[in-house]
Amino acid sequence: MSTMLLQAKNICAYYGPTQVLHGLDLSITEGGITTLLGANGAGKTTMLRSVCGMVRTTGEVRFRDQEIAGKATEDIVRLGIAHVPEGRGTFVRLTVEENLQLGAITRGNKAEIATDVERVFGYFPRLRERYRQQAGTLSGGEQQMLAIGRAMMLRPTLMLLDEPSFGLAPLIVQEVFSILKQMNRREKMSIFLVEQNAALALDLADQAYLLETGRVVMAGAAREIREDENIRRAYLGY
Amino acid sequence: MELFLHQVLAGLATGGIYACMALAIVMIYQAIDGLNFAQGEMAMFSTFIAWQLIEWGVPFWGAFFLTLAISFAGGYMIERVIMRPLHNAPILSHVAMFIALFAILNSGAGFIWDYQVKNFPTPFGTKSVIGEGLLSAHDAGMIGATIVMLLFLFLFFRYTRIGLAMRAAAANPESARLVGIRVGQMLALGWGMAALIGAIAGMLIAPVVFLEPNMMSSILLYGFAGAVVGGLTSPAGAVIGGLMVGVIENLAGTFIPVIGRELKLSIALALIILVLTVKPSGLFGRTVVHRV
Repeated sequence: MSTMLLQAKNICAYYGPTQVLHGLDLSITEGGITTLLGANGAGKTTMLRSVCGMVRTTGEVRFRDQEIAGKATEDIVRLGIAHVPEGRGTFVRLTVEENLQLGAITRGNKAEIATDVERVFGYFPRLRERYRQQAGTLSGGEQQMLAIGRAMMLRPTLMLLDEPSFGLAPLIVQEVFSILKQMNRREKMSIFLVEQNAALALDLADQAYLLETGRVVMAGAAREIREDENIRRAYLGY
Repeated sequence: MELFLHQVLAGLATGGIYACMALAIVMIYQAIDGLNFAQGEMAMFSTFIAWQLIEWGVPFWGAFFLTLAISFAGGYMIERVIMRPLHNAPILSHVAMFIALFAILNSGAGFIWDYQVKNFPTPFGTKSVIGEGLLSAHDAGMIGATIVMLLFLFLFFRYTRIGLAMRAAAANPESARLVGIRVGQMLALGWGMAALIGAIAGMLIAPVVFLEPNMMSSILLYGFAGAVVGGLTSPAGAVIGGLMVGVIENLAGTFIPVIGRELKLSIALALIILVLTVKPSGLFGRTVVHRV
């Protein structure tokens, strides 16, 4: 349980001349759910983007036994790291079917891909009904499901999720989060979750990191952080 | 009536060529948001290569397909070697590079093959195939070749995985990377295919306009007109736009006495202006909204 799937050391990230992350250390346990919490602008999204090589970063990122810092995004993805980005990143003009196929574009075996499409339908039955529809015509919740489904199609070892609750009705959020939990259990897929909704994320996660202006201010078991009233008041605002 | 029909058919034949150019332009435009002014010169250069191969004794169809392969490789290399370093450069750098490519290919062709007008053979012959002088074999061949190519492209983009990956890379490069698509390679493939489509257009139109370094300049203008009429964001629109421009140009040239042969080219420009003022997104394009 406690072997490390991903370890980031001394991560600094920059947008142009602006430094956003200031020497972050963080690790993700194999098979678990790790969450990264923090206010707007704390650098949560940037941390996810650093893992995927989508922002100028210094520092070390080890995935299993491999150094991935400095690699191209597409190569990092091909190692089995799926990223559901902020704003979902669905291909809105393509159909649901094409979006799912794109998720598996790096894989060759057609029979396996067909099985995986069925597996995604198992989690998100609504996508089956929308299969031939343009992704842009889906509701926000369905688009989020499609984005997660597409990430599943990679058969990832690690899924990065950037605010999957954003803009969704509370009921849908509940549904999406419980499905994420199931996926984590059944597919042995580790999850690295960035969330503004701290209460929700702490319920789901095993490990949690608290981020403030680009620095980790607190790390530990999600349960402990959830139950510590001082931390909640000071950093999470609930 | 006979004259009208003849002009429509001939318009469709040249319109097919404009459609090819329009399609090549739209493919690049969708991938990098820039109009490739050198598209016509790339096609012209390809046509010269075909001519050279034929001069060296290669049979027409051998030269044709060899040229397609060379053009594809050339387009691919242009992206990898010349455009790729400019990837994050502002749009003006792209424009400057397109103009440079235009000038280099144009004078390069003049330097290698000189500016004397050359005959380019037609594989289809010149006999009439429908009625007496209604549609020449070469015109029919142009229409046929255009249809075959469009069908092939449609099947490629609609049903192959690499076609899907190319569409995804053009639509949303960041998301495409996140599913593991090598976006840079897709871009280069797009350039290769655009060069190949242009080469087909060049080799088909060369028997009509004769081969010389400036042969594609008016064709490219019509192609632009077709792309603008159909909408720069819609490949199908570009094809329909190209065909429309071909027919409109022919009909106006024949039936509006003021225009005649001399003012035909102005029609393309007039169409561009008309569409841009009335419906800037074109007939089939969608309005592109950029977030600032």
